[in-house]
Amino acid sequence: MGAAEQYITLYEQNRDTIALHSPSALNAPREEAFRDFKRLGIPSLKVERYRYTDVEQVLKPDYGLNLSRLAIPIDPRKAFSCSVPTLSTYLYFVINDEFRPEVTHSKPLPQGVVVCSLAKAAEEHRELVERHYARLAPTRKDSLNALNTMLTQDGVFVYVPKNVALSRPLQVVNILRADVSLMANRRVLIVMEEGAQAQLLFCDHAADERQFLTTQVAEVFVGDRASLELYELEETHSLNHRLANMYVDVGEKAQVTLDSITLHNGLTRNRTDVSLRGAGSTVNMYGCVVADKQQRVDNNTLIEHRSPQCESNELYKYVLDGEAVGAFAGRVLVRQDAQKSSSREVNANLCASPSARMFSQPMLEIYADDVKCSHGSTVGQLNEAALFYMRQRGVSLEEARLLLKYAFVGEVIDSVRLEPLRDRLRYLTEARMRGSLSNCEGCKVCR
Amino acid sequence: MLEIRNLHAGIAGKEILKGISLTIRDGEIHALMGQNGAGKSTLSNIIVGHPSYSVTEGEILYDGEDLLSLSAEERSLRGIFLSFQQPVEIPGVSMVNFMRAAVNAKRKHEGLEPMTGSEFLRLMREKRALVSMDSKLTGRSVNEGFSGGEKKRNEIFQMAMLEPKFTILDETDSGLDVDALRIVAEGFNKLWKPTSSALVITHYQRLLDYIRPHVVHVLIDGRIVKTGGPELALEIESRGFDWIRKEA
Repeated sequence: MGAAEQYITLYEQNRDTIALHSPSALNAPREEAFRDFKRLGIPSLKVERYRYTDVEQVLKPDYGLNLSRLAIPIDPRKAFSCSVPTLSTYLYFVINDEFRPEVTHSKPLPQGVVVCSLAKAAEEHRELVERHYARLAPTRKDSLNALNTMLTQDGVFVYVPKNVALSRPLQVVNILRADVSLMANRRVLIVMEEGAQAQLLFCDHAADERQFLTTQVAEVFVGDRASLELYELEETHSLNHRLANMYVDVGEKAQVTLDSITLHNGLTRNRTDVSLRGAGSTVNMYGCVVADKQQRVDNNTLIEHRSPQCESNELYKYVLDGEAVGAFAGRVLVRQDAQKSSSREVNANLCASPSARMFSQPMLEIYADDVKCSHGSTVGQLNEAALFYMRQRGVSLEEARLLLKYAFVGEVIDSVRLEPLRDRLRYLTEARMRGSLSNCEGCKVCR
Repeated sequence: MLEIRNLHAGIAGKEILKGISLTIRDGEIHALMGQNGAGKSTLSNIIVGHPSYSVTEGEILYDGEDLLSLSAEERSLRGIFLSFQQPVEIPGVSMVNFMRAAVNAKRKHEGLEPMTGSEFLRLMREKRALVSMDSKLTGRSVNEGFSGGEKKRNEIFQMAMLEPKFTILDETDSGLDVDALRIVAEGFNKLWKPTSSALVITHYQRLLDYIRPHVVHVLIDGRIVKTGGPELALEIESRGFDWIRKEA
């Protein structure tokens, strides 16, 4: 049986159980998603945006699913010590795909701000959820969106009302926890109204040495003049598979920063699509990947300039060692109406070992005639002259290599505006490169 | 201190040094002069263990130890320092992190604890003053965007930080104006100890006005063809190299 049939059968046999344990807003698009998935199947490497990740292989194993929403015995506050300890945040936990109600912070959220499970939001803020859920992530064209939409039962909901600013960052810690191989289908819905301001940090961890597969679909609405900084940090392990799609819709004169940091993983595919719908907005996208052994990281991005006078800056940097394989495919699309667009895309990569491989594909398509755009990529090795220079000063080859690798990604880490997070990332990255970070740093239960 | 015996060496299968013998004792400064392509930089690269160069015959003893069996970093830790002819720019690696790694590697080799942050910064300040180096430069990435003169000054600054026993100045005078040359040479002289020794590689007499050699060697086509006192450098300055070539 191919992987697609496996999920089709799974759904056919469990559709009632899935629906029974899910709110109606999540059930609404489910059948259509199922039909889309049946039609699309699992994308092969011939599908343009899946060229670098063999999704079939990822989906093939027989993962367990918690469709009946059985309680998972774990106290996240005990299991997890924050990897960014000096950061004072509104902290929340998600176990697999279940948002935990435990609140760890004493300070209440500002008036009107909602952070809760998507299932709960669908009951208590039904209109809000129905208006936004499954609006940005089309199931018609993307098989992973279809798969996630047909199986998902819960996730995270964040709502920041008009002109409200979160004084502290909001941190969501995703912890994967299971005694068998597990698949979690998580959903994230973020709605930032006009003029809202927030800093969000999502941290991915795996608490057990099991084979995990997470599909995550995030839909992010950024209203006019809103400001969003969204950081995603993955520190899982080599058995973890992450297939994450994020869709960001940006209104007028908004400021968006997306930072994606992969420090430890198994196989990761992050797809991020940003639609600059309103005029005069800015999006900054940064990515930092540190991979070795047989880890794979594939970042696939699309920035679509749909309105005039928007600016996009994209910088992704990879340091690959061992037999790691990295991929970056970034498309910048400037539509006809998007005059006075400014866009810059850079993907720079360092293959620190002879067997590490990198695929880099920057793409720029321009249909407007008054724009300023650039795109480029580099793949290089460690600079031999620099290594020798440092060794001549007594620095060991190993340490010299580390200094060069660390320097290479430093540019991305420096772009992080949250200072405690930036300091912590410096520490984590160095520890990772020194090999003292074998798994995620934060989980006490990790071996 | 440093004893080179019948050294044959080259790069990519091409023999450049064709039998060099040279002994530099503690407290001595030797100058090595010669035209472009004579093999001066090859000799300095061989002494510091550059991986692209290979030795086909002969040996180098350093304090009685077989130098050629040691890695580049081991040679550095034993007190060998090369002021590079063309210092390398290393974007993203700060001077502070680079020097801290170097100083602490040396301290570890000597069985000492790593320096604390404040001790280290104090050392940086003190040594910077010695070569009149701007704090803006030590706050930047290694040699990145430095002018030619600033790079050479940075080499002497690093020498001050590491206090080597044996120093090679490889055309430290090239690309320097007279004022910069004086500052660099004065820095070198301030660091001089009776137990130090040095090999000064240069085309010109000019640097030797500031750094006085005890012995001057002339290298032609991979061989030392003439050795003399400081007066030999002056003679080359006025007469060039051709007469030595003919003599040889």
